[in-house]
Amino acid sequence: MPAVTLSDTTFDEEIASSSQAVLVDFWAEWCGPCKKIAPVLDEIAAEHADTLRVAKLNVDDHPDIGRRYQVMSIPTLLLFKDGEMVKRLVGAKGKAQLLDELSEFL
Amino acid sequence: MKPVRNVAIVGSGPAGLTAAIYTARANLAPLVLEGEPSSTTDQPGGQLMLTTDVENYPGFVEGIQGPDLMGAMRAQAARFGAELVVERVSRVDFSSRPFGLWVGDPTTDEPTHRAKAVIISTGAQSIMLGLEAEARFLGRGLSTCATCDGFFHQGSAIAVVGGGDSAMEEALFLSKFADTVTVIHRRDELRASKIMQERAFKNEKIAFRWNAVVQDLVGDDALEGALLKDVHTGETSVLEVTGMFVAIGHRPNTDLFKGLLDMDEGGYLLTLDGSTATNVAGVFAAGDVADHTYRQAITAAGTGCMAAIDAERWLEAQGDAPADIAETPTEW
Repeated sequence: MPAVTLSDTTFDEEIASSSQAVLVDFWAEWCGPCKKIAPVLDEIAAEHADTLRVAKLNVDDHPDIGRRYQVMSIPTLLLFKDGEMVKRLVGAKGKAQLLDELSEFL
Repeated sequence: MKPVRNVAIVGSGPAGLTAAIYTARANLAPLVLEGEPSSTTDQPGGQLMLTTDVENYPGFVEGIQGPDLMGAMRAQAARFGAELVVERVSRVDFSSRPFGLWVGDPTTDEPTHRAKAVIISTGAQSIMLGLEAEARFLGRGLSTCATCDGFFHQGSAIAVVGGGDSAMEEALFLSKFADTVTVIHRRDELRASKIMQERAFKNEKIAFRWNAVVQDLVGDDALEGALLKDVHTGETSVLEVTGMFVAIGHRPNTDLFKGLLDMDEGGYLLTLDGSTATNVAGVFAAGDVADHTYRQAITAAGTGCMAAIDAERWLEAQGDAPADIAETPTEW
């Protein structure tokens, strides 16, 4: 499943209604490391489609949700399960390291 | 098992990509192990991926954005047949030829890649302050990437630690967002180039705290201030800031090569005078990983070119170069 694009207005409902864990990628156009991990996240989403959804939230267009979760650095990845935030990953990382950090939820 | 490569290039900053362009044009079909995504400078493309305006790389009258320059170098290397992979080397074996390079699990018997010659261009990464509190505030006010995170500090008071060109560049960039940027420097004068100093001094949002070092970071959930110590009087004070960017210097990315290659006390690889040859025949070093003096994109590119030529000549001397290039060695 391709990554879902979230906005300030759709975020809460998407997170609450998802039966799978949702990994939200807080990113922006000007952020080089964000662009580098985008394809890595797509790969992870494709390989773990049964347990995980990847969602993108552009902090430039939609700053409110980032503020709510005190996102002050991008990329930040927040993992939500049953509507609750269960994991926070700050900074770009390689695929192996991301999978390792997410392993208990996959 | 994968075929043995003529040349493997470890790292993909200006040095690695220039070496890739030259070795690719010499029909050596280089493999470039680019590294993995990161929010530090230790990433594909290297240090320039976290900068904005590059104004001193020749050929760009109006300057060029760091990531654009690296994207162009990468595309140029790919155009001539370099194979670029987003992989991070975890171990090397230079004890026998072909040399072995591991990606992922370093304990497997067989290396992931093998190559007749290796060019090391793993670069350098920024040093952090070395404070325990850093891990706690990373992503909560403390940042390794000004271009990524400046946006989050609109209207804030923030600090940049350091006195070199990188520190001035970050301070100037961040002044577009923050209300005040305090440059904290342990000396009473800057190391930065004159043009960068002038720009920083002229900028009304930038203030200077001289002769000061950061002793601790304070705050509950997010950064609220920095505990500073005056290096002369020993007096401490708290500077209220909600953001902090550190640009106090670099260390070479040479942990992989400890005990395998000669390096100086700072960990920089040592090369034979006037060449890029390391103490292991067939292993070459280019760019910041072997340079604690100049550390410029253009010097990295220059030594990357040297390493490519050195590697090609070395392969030729081993009788290993493709026949068609041995006949036209001057076509650089």
